[in-house]
Amino acid sequence: MNFDYSEEQQLLAASVRRFVEKQYDFEARRKIVAAAQGCSAEVWATLAELGLLGLPLPGEFGGFDGGAVDLMSVMEAFGEALVVEPFLATVGLGAQFIARAGSDAQKRALLPRIAAGEMKLAFAQTERDARYDLGHVATRARIGRDGWVLDGDKCVVVHAPCADALIVSARTSGNVTDRNGLSLFLVDPGSPGVTLAAYRTLDEMRAADIVFRNVQLGGNALIGTEGAALDLVEDVVDFATTLVCAEAVGAIKYANDATLEYLKTRKQFGVTIGTFQALQHRMVDMVISGEQARSMASLACAKVDGETNPVERRRVVSAAKIRIADACRHVAQEAVQLHGGMGMTDELKVSHTFRRLTMIAQQFGDADHHLERFAGLQ
Amino acid sequence: MDLNYSAAELAFRDEVGAWLKANLPDDLRDKVASYRHLAKDDLLRWHRILAAKGWIAPGWPAEWGGTDWNVVQRYIFEEACGYAGTPPLVPFGLTMCAAVLLKFGTDAQKQRFLPRIYHGEDFWCQGYSEPGSGSDLASLSTRAVRRGDRYVVTGQKTWTTLAHMADWIFCLVRTDPGLERRQDGISFLLVDMRTPGITVRPLRLMDGGHEVNEVFFDDIEVPAENRVHEEGKGWTVAKYLLGHERMNTARIGASQRELEKLKDLAARQQKNGKPLLEDPRFRDRLSRVEVELMALSVTNLRFLDQLRGGRAPGAEVSMLKIKGTEIQQALTELMMQAVGPMAQPRTAVGDTTDFDDFTAALAPRYCNYRKTTIYAGSNEIQRNIIAKMALGL
Repeated sequence: MNFDYSEEQQLLAASVRRFVEKQYDFEARRKIVAAAQGCSAEVWATLAELGLLGLPLPGEFGGFDGGAVDLMSVMEAFGEALVVEPFLATVGLGAQFIARAGSDAQKRALLPRIAAGEMKLAFAQTERDARYDLGHVATRARIGRDGWVLDGDKCVVVHAPCADALIVSARTSGNVTDRNGLSLFLVDPGSPGVTLAAYRTLDEMRAADIVFRNVQLGGNALIGTEGAALDLVEDVVDFATTLVCAEAVGAIKYANDATLEYLKTRKQFGVTIGTFQALQHRMVDMVISGEQARSMASLACAKVDGETNPVERRRVVSAAKIRIADACRHVAQEAVQLHGGMGMTDELKVSHTFRRLTMIAQQFGDADHHLERFAGLQ
Repeated sequence: MDLNYSAAELAFRDEVGAWLKANLPDDLRDKVASYRHLAKDDLLRWHRILAAKGWIAPGWPAEWGGTDWNVVQRYIFEEACGYAGTPPLVPFGLTMCAAVLLKFGTDAQKQRFLPRIYHGEDFWCQGYSEPGSGSDLASLSTRAVRRGDRYVVTGQKTWTTLAHMADWIFCLVRTDPGLERRQDGISFLLVDMRTPGITVRPLRLMDGGHEVNEVFFDDIEVPAENRVHEEGKGWTVAKYLLGHERMNTARIGASQRELEKLKDLAARQQKNGKPLLEDPRFRDRLSRVEVELMALSVTNLRFLDQLRGGRAPGAEVSMLKIKGTEIQQALTELMMQAVGPMAQPRTAVGDTTDFDDFTAALAPRYCNYRKTTIYAGSNEIQRNIIAKMALGL
């Protein structure tokens, strides 16, 4: 048993921490969020320089062959700093499809560019009535003259507005909720027939609803085996879910640190409010939630990297997401409550952390969704 | 035991319901129902409709325009408004300042201010909290120095709801800082917001909304005739006001309406090919809130029944506030969870046309409602009150 990071992982964690302190304090983030793009080209270049964009990609295509455990400290630091860059969309989702199922030509063409920071991706999966069901896809791709023709509507595609390429799930056969018949396509968002309606999200990222009408795709747009993408989608989304669990650990850490500091400094009735036992116990429960969340994030990272039994792997990812969703709600709500009115203000970072934690609790499935999945995998 | 309203009370409820149905303008009803921002004009328009009907100030003495309703009728009216989804009546003038004037004000003060409050001519806000004085209100430090027939006031108020819309603010200020008991030496002043030296700065909340403000007094001059009650007795006024909270603090009617909306919303969401409302996990969580609300509505009526005789409300108001706000928060959270991934969008960028504003309002509303367990005496303070007042701990 060894819960410590390896020496390499510790060095990585230290360099990410330095980057966050130097380039991503709360004021810097505020400017990035307010900018037209909603993310920073400069930061993206730094992430490439630090090797983070290639970290979980194959070494032969410009990556470092890392896994979720290697990314844990990165995601934790990002969670603490509330990083809004399209890291998860590009590295945790988009690039994973290419790395795991792409053809050699696709890998050669895309992965080195992704690792170098020259290409951002977004995963267009969710549809209006799908809720969190990954198999629920009505978007269709039919065989056309030069390859494929894509038709359908996707929504809440996080980071689509800045993406250079979209990975789109579409049905090449079968009915809307069939397990078989799902395929993945690489789509240029500038193609004729692709329309983005962009918006800001509650947690200050950019996303879009996307309409695909008669979009002509080449034969080489297909990623992986036609009609057999659902297992791949589930695995990649599990990988990304694990990463947001690690991100949550960092955001929870910030919320707990800030609240503890507030309890120790805010005075009412002539004493610091941290002297009130009623508040002490609540702070303690927040810390316990944080520790439980950290444990489950670690377990999930280790399992998505090393567990060969897919049922066990999925069970643990869902277990982690249940625990983390509950911890996100608990800590976020208590952090605001114990900060009083100040916790409600846009001025304080804790209210931004509240929003990110609220969204993480629902991202890739809320606690109810994962309870159902976990119970079904007994 | 009979847990039902009497025939007369039921008839009254029907009368109020029918009147609201006929007189609440559709555009205001829609704005409230779709969680859109209510402008000052919206608030005042509804205020004036009620004033014209004679129902704007039920709790005032009849000579000033009150309705002579008993506590149960007043409760029925307020809950009917909540259930109908009327714009809120801003309480600072109508309920709070008016209560103070009626109890402590001079005849001249009553004559000057009450009719204008009644007709919605003056918009009031409340200057209580300060940066260092939230839960511990008596530690306030805004200073008022008497100079002849005026007070010169310097200091800062915060969390001042709707100060940016207000014509007047009522304030607790310290007129005598040298006293041992911090509750002594506080006075209650009425201040014209157009007084030179007042600065209002918005405090943006995490849902992006502008409701609360910081209000700065920079050596402003306030006529001494605007002091209510004796100098140094402001804490008596503040305590009286605390005990004067309305009995609809639980907001049962509004929560019942939200519960219906939640069911309607969940019926329109799909999960595994079926309406979310039929999903056992979601249904259970919704039902728990429904049961809690059912219990609270009866608890509220039980307390109300005890107040019929004229006894002043006590710690029960704190109980109603705690449970009522917890229910409101649970409902906003379930609304947000009901729409699943669609809870993420917040504001459109560029020329996005078919942006679903209602769905996009759900998560910000969840964020906004976190304030309910903080404001008007945080729920922690309410528990302290119950522990002290009701339980003798």
